[in-house]
Amino acid sequence: MAKLEIENINLDYGQRSVIRNLSFQLCPGELLGLVGPNGCGKTSVIKSLSRVLTLSSGRILLDGKEVSGITRNELARLIGVVPQNPSLPETFTVFEVVILGRNPHLGLLSTETARDIAIVWQAMERTGITYLAKRRIGELSGGERQRVTIARVLAQEPQVILMDEPTANLDISQQMDILNLITGMCREKNIVTLIAIHDLNIAAQYCTRIIMLKNGQIYTEGIPAVVITAENVREVFGAETTIYPHPENNLPMVLPNGNHRQVKIVN
Amino acid sequence: MKNQQSDKKSVKESNGSGIQKNALESSLYSSHRLLLIISVIGLLAACTIIALLALTVGSVAIPFKTVWQVLISHLPFVHLQSNWSSTTDMIITGIRLPRILLAGAVGTALSTAGATYQGLFRNPLADPYLIGVAQGAALGAVAGFVLPWTFGGNYLIPIMAFAGAVIAVTIVYLIARVGKTLPMTTLILAGVAIGSLMMSVTAYLTMISADKVQGILSWLMGNFANSNWDQLKIISPYIVVGVAVIFIFARPLNVMQLDEEQAQQLGINVERTKIILLAAATLITAVAVCFVGTIGFVGIIVPHIVRLIWGPDHRLLLPLSAITGAILLILADTASRTLMSPSEIPVGVITAFIGAPFFLFLLRRTKKAVF
Repeated sequence: MAKLEIENINLDYGQRSVIRNLSFQLCPGELLGLVGPNGCGKTSVIKSLSRVLTLSSGRILLDGKEVSGITRNELARLIGVVPQNPSLPETFTVFEVVILGRNPHLGLLSTETARDIAIVWQAMERTGITYLAKRRIGELSGGERQRVTIARVLAQEPQVILMDEPTANLDISQQMDILNLITGMCREKNIVTLIAIHDLNIAAQYCTRIIMLKNGQIYTEGIPAVVITAENVREVFGAETTIYPHPENNLPMVLPNGNHRQVKIVN
Repeated sequence: MKNQQSDKKSVKESNGSGIQKNALESSLYSSHRLLLIISVIGLLAACTIIALLALTVGSVAIPFKTVWQVLISHLPFVHLQSNWSSTTDMIITGIRLPRILLAGAVGTALSTAGATYQGLFRNPLADPYLIGVAQGAALGAVAGFVLPWTFGGNYLIPIMAFAGAVIAVTIVYLIARVGKTLPMTTLILAGVAIGSLMMSVTAYLTMISADKVQGILSWLMGNFANSNWDQLKIISPYIVVGVAVIFIFARPLNVMQLDEEQAQQLGINVERTKIILLAAATLITAVAVCFVGTIGFVGIIVPHIVRLIWGPDHRLLLPLSAITGAILLILADTASRTLMSPSEIPVGVITAFIGAPFFLFLLRRTKKAVF
């Protein structure tokens, strides 16, 4: 099973350094959450790992093998990405988009075999979108689109899945559906999964481990109860909060402290 | 359809096997391939019939049977008793056939290039002339008409037009490049700017040479009046190679419909693919216009017609656009030489006359998302 090691990576945009000396490891079956305020480098980490952005220095190792030396096609067979707000061609059918996930497994001149189609079908089954197969993307809701992209990544059969805000713009039930899907996938297929997420409550509920980033550096990491504390949230986000254990499972919940308006209760 | 599929789903869930659904899905996909094969064969047949019919019409009408016999008599190892005049033979094989084939080749090139540009730019308004090919070719051709140059003889105008097109696109490319990448928006903007610059020079050159306006206008509107076998021999190798390269990149072009970031994450070398496709599409456009002038609208409407009927998959879209483009330009050219015979209407006038209303129709339809 795959193990992803990130060693001392740095990323600069011109003079500004976005990621600084970042090192961490991802183990199979683990769901690692990457949290931090907007602009702290979450998206940049995902784009660097999928080589959309070029690192200034550092190494990324998959099973001890350096990723920078391999071709894009090989990389796409190892790492699949669900980007933040991915654009999808409106007139393609769901099936036509999910089958694009087979691209890294096909040569320039070859076409999809029955096996590829079976894999595409399984990916759609797992994400619960088989009944949408012939529907056009333009007719889908936000949650359905997100499932299409996740199915596309599953069809890619990667060993590592990176997701950038997979639940942004979704309602609470859709968020939970997507995250249950991800955690199920993670456990069953032993896939290494990294999700960048800004919702601390969701991260605490679903991630096995959390890394909190501040200015492109790791501020703290560990299990949710260790990372999500009032002091850490104050230091990293600059927000005053109260942390409360979830009544069902004792995982930390972040409650924003309002501006203490006194409400007079009549009677 | 939805009911049928959910029925299948319940069947699957009850007996716990995925066979029915996989069979359904496989058939969904193999029917897709079957559709491609049937459509290609059907369109090629239609194209052949239209070309044969086009051979019969003109200032002299020739019966269909005679056209057949003349064509067959030219095949190797065939000896037919000829009951037609040598003039008839000359009209068919020396004048009409090269003209029709040239129209077909140019239609194929422009439509394939148009579909490629629309796919690359993910923009339904993109046409083969988007990044300066037409304006460059026009400037080159007009310079050939106006300036007192004599090299190349009959080939002076085509050489100048081709050089103009390639130079224009090269300038646009060099300006639009940012480091190692080629952002598509910058490319379009640079294309528009360089295009306008060249158009102003073209307009000036046209204005100062009133005696040559007739020839210049005729080139700018596009026409096949001077077609011959040599032209076909010169341009067809480039068109064959360029179109083949584009066909090979149909699946990467599908992946690039997501967006550049996702395409990279799906293993596409986006920058390399863009350059190869832009180069191939530009080359076939430049050779297509160099002899016959800048024929408008074919490159933009044909891919839209094909998309409306067959959907957006480039593996269908590109080959079917290529054949449909040939059919359309053969029809337009036949109209151009027969409607006001013996004088000719420039083919560009015909394509624009059909193209503009069609385009408005498309705009009305955009609510249904044609792209």
